[in-house]
Amino acid sequence: MAHLEELLAHFASGDARAASRLMSVVERGGQDAERVLDAVFPRTGRAHRIAVTGPGGAGKSTLINELTRAFRGAGKTVGVVAEDPSSPFSGGAVLGDRLRMTHAGGDSGVFVRSLASRGSESGLSPLAAELADVLDAFGRDVVLLESMGASQVETRIRFSADTVVVVLTPEAGDEVQSLKSGLLEVADIACVNKSDRGGAESLAGDLDAIMQMRQKDGWQPPVMMTSARDAGSVDTLTKALADHDRYLDAEGRRAARRREALRARLLARVQESVRSTVWQSPMLTQRFDAIFERVTAGALPPWRAARELAESLHIESRSSR
Amino acid sequence: MKRPLKVLIAKPGLDGHDRGAKVIANALRDAGMEVVYTGLHQTPEMIIEAAVQEDVDLVSVSVLSGAHMTLIPRIRELMNTSGLADVKLIAGGIIPDHDAAELKRLPGVAGIFGPGTSTKDVVTFIEGLFPGR
Repeated sequence: MAHLEELLAHFASGDARAASRLMSVVERGGQDAERVLDAVFPRTGRAHRIAVTGPGGAGKSTLINELTRAFRGAGKTVGVVAEDPSSPFSGGAVLGDRLRMTHAGGDSGVFVRSLASRGSESGLSPLAAELADVLDAFGRDVVLLESMGASQVETRIRFSADTVVVVLTPEAGDEVQSLKSGLLEVADIACVNKSDRGGAESLAGDLDAIMQMRQKDGWQPPVMMTSARDAGSVDTLTKALADHDRYLDAEGRRAARRREALRARLLARVQESVRSTVWQSPMLTQRFDAIFERVTAGALPPWRAARELAESLHIESRSSR
Repeated sequence: MKRPLKVLIAKPGLDGHDRGAKVIANALRDAGMEVVYTGLHQTPEMIIEAAVQEDVDLVSVSVLSGAHMTLIPRIRELMNTSGLADVKLIAGGIIPDHDAAELKRLPGVAGIFGPGTSTKDVVTFIEGLFPGR
């Protein structure tokens, strides 16, 4: 498709419209998406990728706007991928993250892309990482990924970025207990946002105590207090991000982390294609329906039915060799 | 895979009322579209930049301030010169009939919707702009 080659050529010369259209090609999937990702992949790896996650309403978009301002002030170009949930009922979505990202207007050094989750259940869909690849290859110095409002089990986010910032608010006080194992475990930086509100200090104290136990491989995740009303507080977060960036530069840590992330992305894709290949077999769906009837009738518990199905597949794949 | 229709909803200019824009955003979401809402007080340049970066299928603006005869042609013109010539523009708000008629004569301005328009009509109109989607 000559059109795609043309888009890739414009993209390589820094055309934002071409970058945007290529992202849509990636979103639509299929062979064209694969060609774009093939072309983009060798040019990735230069940007510092920062994931910002936390519960809905914690101020992630506003904080990203402030970080964008700070990075632009330091002369760095910025890309943002912001994900919001799709309605499970209509499939539609209202993508409102841009509403808070007022700094984007009129500055070609900032590129913001909104993404609907389209049924993905993780806080950042695999597609978000692929759009981040496009922005990375587009030459952005920093790529910020904003997750949907994340739950405590949302730990896969660490595979989307070099640095993970977990944002909480003073109201989250009681949630911290439940976050101890889960989201906070993947935080490279914890952030108490809206720190001008009551309870911020005590939450920061609690988080500090938790983070003290999370020291690993020479990095002690810091707890920052930020407020969009206080530019200085955002500067301390920017500084912590720069510290983590330098930390990654030493002792091959960035390469190790990216290797782990690529492995997770590869594994997810393999699982997806194995799953879809397996389910394409009409034999399996027939057997599934048959065995499901036995489960419904109370003849088999689900785990035993699953094992029987898996074993019959295994036998099939061995005999076809 | 098809992507749902992606629509940018924007409020250009100085009026501070976005109830209508939000009602439309919700109606389009409920019709299965992906809606990027950019909020109040956007300049035409900001709207065009958002439309470029988001690669939307349609730009929809709401103007209640009376500045529609300035803002809408300006947005259309900027779209044409920013690689968005193929992206359609619709508008809603307080727009008198004779102004609406004039605006609709601009190439690429697909529809103008005044007060009292039902959200269902807007959804049907937009779906009609993209047969087969």
